Amino acid sequence: MNALYSLVFVFILVLIPLFGVGAAHLNTIFGICLPMTAIGIFLVFSVVKIVRWGRSPVPFRIPTTAGQQLSYDPELFKQNKWDNPSNGIQTVIRMVLEVCAFRTLFRNTSTSLHETKNGPVVAFSSSKWLWGFALLFHYSFLIIVLRHLRLFLEPIPFFVHGLEFIDGILQIGAPVMYMSDVLIVVGLLFLLARRLADAKVRYISLVTDYFPLFLILSVALSGIWMRYYAKVDVMAIKELTMGLVTMHPHIPAGIDVSFYIHVFLVSILLMYFPFSKLMHMPGVFMSPTRNMPNDNRFHHHENPWNPDIKPLSYEAYEKDFGPAMAEAGLPLDNPDNAKAPEEA
Amino acid sequence: MSTPSADELFKSIDYNPPASGWMETPVDFSPGNWCYPAKEDKTKYMMGYLPEAFGNPREWSPEDVDWKLPSNWREIVMNGFRERLDKYRSFKVFMDICVRCGACADKCHFFIGSGDPKNMPVLRAELMRSIYRGEFTVAGKILTKLTGSRVMEEDVLKEWFIYFYQCTECRRCSLFCPYGIDTAEVTMMARELLHLVGVNINWVLEPVSNCNRTGNHLGIQPHAFKDIVDFMVDDIEEVTGVKVKAPLNEKGHEILFITPSGDVFADPGIYTFMGYLMLFHFLDLDYTMSTYASEGGNFGLFTNSETMKKLNAKMYTEANRLGCKWILGGECGHMWRVINQYMDTMNGDIQGPQMRMPRSPITGTEFHNAAVTKMVHITEFTADLIKHKKLNLDPSRNDQYKVTFHDSCNPARAMGLLDEPRYVIKNVCNNFYEMPKGTIREETFCCAGGSGLNTEEIMEIRLRGGLPRGNALRYVQDKHGVNMLSCICAIDRATLIPLADYWAPGVEVCGVHELVGNALILPGEQERTMNLRQESLPGFEDEDDDWTPPNM
Repeated sequence: MNALYSLVFVFILVLIPLFGVGAAHLNTIFGICLPMTAIGIFLVFSVVKIVRWGRSPVPFRIPTTAGQQLSYDPELFKQNKWDNPSNGIQTVIRMVLEVCAFRTLFRNTSTSLHETKNGPVVAFSSSKWLWGFALLFHYSFLIIVLRHLRLFLEPIPFFVHGLEFIDGILQIGAPVMYMSDVLIVVGLLFLLARRLADAKVRYISLVTDYFPLFLILSVALSGIWMRYYAKVDVMAIKELTMGLVTMHPHIPAGIDVSFYIHVFLVSILLMYFPFSKLMHMPGVFMSPTRNMPNDNRFHHHENPWNPDIKPLSYEAYEKDFGPAMAEAGLPLDNPDNAKAPEEA
Repeated sequence: MSTPSADELFKSIDYNPPASGWMETPVDFSPGNWCYPAKEDKTKYMMGYLPEAFGNPREWSPEDVDWKLPSNWREIVMNGFRERLDKYRSFKVFMDICVRCGACADKCHFFIGSGDPKNMPVLRAELMRSIYRGEFTVAGKILTKLTGSRVMEEDVLKEWFIYFYQCTECRRCSLFCPYGIDTAEVTMMARELLHLVGVNINWVLEPVSNCNRTGNHLGIQPHAFKDIVDFMVDDIEEVTGVKVKAPLNEKGHEILFITPSGDVFADPGIYTFMGYLMLFHFLDLDYTMSTYASEGGNFGLFTNSETMKKLNAKMYTEANRLGCKWILGGECGHMWRVINQYMDTMNGDIQGPQMRMPRSPITGTEFHNAAVTKMVHITEFTADLIKHKKLNLDPSRNDQYKVTFHDSCNPARAMGLLDEPRYVIKNVCNNFYEMPKGTIREETFCCAGGSGLNTEEIMEIRLRGGLPRGNALRYVQDKHGVNMLSCICAIDRATLIPLADYWAPGVEVCGVHELVGNALILPGEQERTMNLRQESLPGFEDEDDDWTPPNM
């Protein structure tokens, strides 16, 4: 049901520019005003969110340790430096592996129950599907975003040319097919299928889980449509995008409506981003269980709001139990405490 | 209420979620699903010391419709929620960034054993996140249903009570979360909020108030503590013929030794405690124990940060009073999370000038990795002794045991103490077998009784949560004939026994230093015919056969 809501919602979103540009000719609104606003909202509110996270202190050092600690005898007990870092550099490596290689998802296992002739068995098997397709999706997305820089930079940087060359190396079709276009759709469809097929994941999935999937899928498909089927005028589009970048916006003639649909969906994505779970992208960098070294035993960590709380004092303890302690032969700091309160 | 058999229970587990959405699925408040609430006087007692962290002492029952909450409970909880978002970046970030990928779903022992979707870590956290979105975010306030948001109501609070006391803060989910979201952190926040309105459990509050007053969670008073230790000294003499010393509250020693009081109180922890005493006697160690700081474990960790700090401060306070240079810590799980991740931050400033970087007086090894906390784990200390060949060991005295090792959650995932205990075990035992990959080291499974849930009234929940550990144990029992489950946690030594009896009958539970005590050859000892449990060693069984208890 949640998936259906999301699908319908994205469908409605597609219709808006279709009529807005196709029928009402609001090209300026859809080509200039909306993208500019969207970029503004994306930047401002993402920064606001990150700053808000940052304003909450990290009172305690709570890394999740995923391997052997730094020992007093590192030769006898070899530290697992990437999974249980004890200094800044090791922590950076842990984070790089996490962010660039999704190392934690690589660990993923799936649990299953079996009744065998030897009794019940709880089995754990490696499960790397989510890892693989998540990587596929995220890297395809990254490459596509980088490729789009050709529309916003003049001259076009060398690495964008390089990416385009490699991405299109299969030389299929004209214009040449980019592998990332295919793979992002494959990745998204897997993530969607997994969400629908796995009963556990389906149970926890909200509209806000399906919506971004359908939205990004619609962005990808509209992009594919305009490139391979509508074959839009790229020179005119670059004229428009460079106008946005140089703050001299204008709408060149002859751009197909599919471009406006694509831009509209991207604008929605940008505006949705800061208020959604998509903020996991900056958030992962701020996760205290991952971005801190496990070094509290040899480096002081300060809690800015450390409250002034004292333990129940030994003096009070000895007063409470003095007579019994004296009888048991335990040493007393204050010999008067040996007497029962009524005697004293 | 009777507990089903292991096979029945296993067959009853169904991972298919119910037809109704989780917000519409009612919570079961029948007995067996919740721990007994704290007694009124325990809450009152703690309120006397920390009025900002506890509230609403009263007699109440989760089975009743009326939980006797204060009239402004909603305001208290929501203000507390807001305050904690501002105090903990972890909490704030974890409320925002979950993508509900479900990687954590089948990692929780309570989910694996129950199939209850609210035991999936992601959904446990959503119990709070839904309130966060509904109360603190604009989108959540407008699009309630679509964003999975809701507002705080009494039913939600009740649901929190059930499910945040079905989490042992073991952090296994956090290991598998691609963003490191730690349900333990969320559970800790939820429990702090619940304490503010007096929704609490006795098995946490009573230990906490005992720790505050008597110095240990069992409420053992100083003279009784001394009696028990003296009994153990006698038992050691019975087994070895050697009378070991057991200094208590003595000033002027180099080392203060602190271990969980569970080791003093109950079988089989006491054998571990005997192992410590024998080791220290063998070394002629310059140490003392304390009755004032007679609890290594810190039940404050399961309560709120204020209580954790207050109880933990006793360690340095006592080291200062007794003039000790450093502290040696016994085998305990969550105690070591507190020492590794909280102690110095909370209480480092009260360390006296006499405290020094820990240095083994026997080997001269400096424990650089404890330079700030000045506190060393007993398996680190013993491993160092073994490496330097300072111990006289006869591992064959543990030959009747086929041993495996259970990594306790906190030393594994909040510290990384993995190889040290294994090194000690392998040097004092000849038969050691690991449980299967995926159930040990950082991926270890909880005993399902941690974080204050080691209580009888939720035994079925504990046994269900104990399934993954119990099943892994059963595996090595069948494959290698393992009959002894060793661990470095006092709660484990209490909770793993019913777990093993249920899922892998025939396996016993011990601490690592019980095995050390068995293997350690004391100078001047008599021929050992018994282990510390006073069971005959192999080759000495005959003497027992014709022995009858004197009163029969």
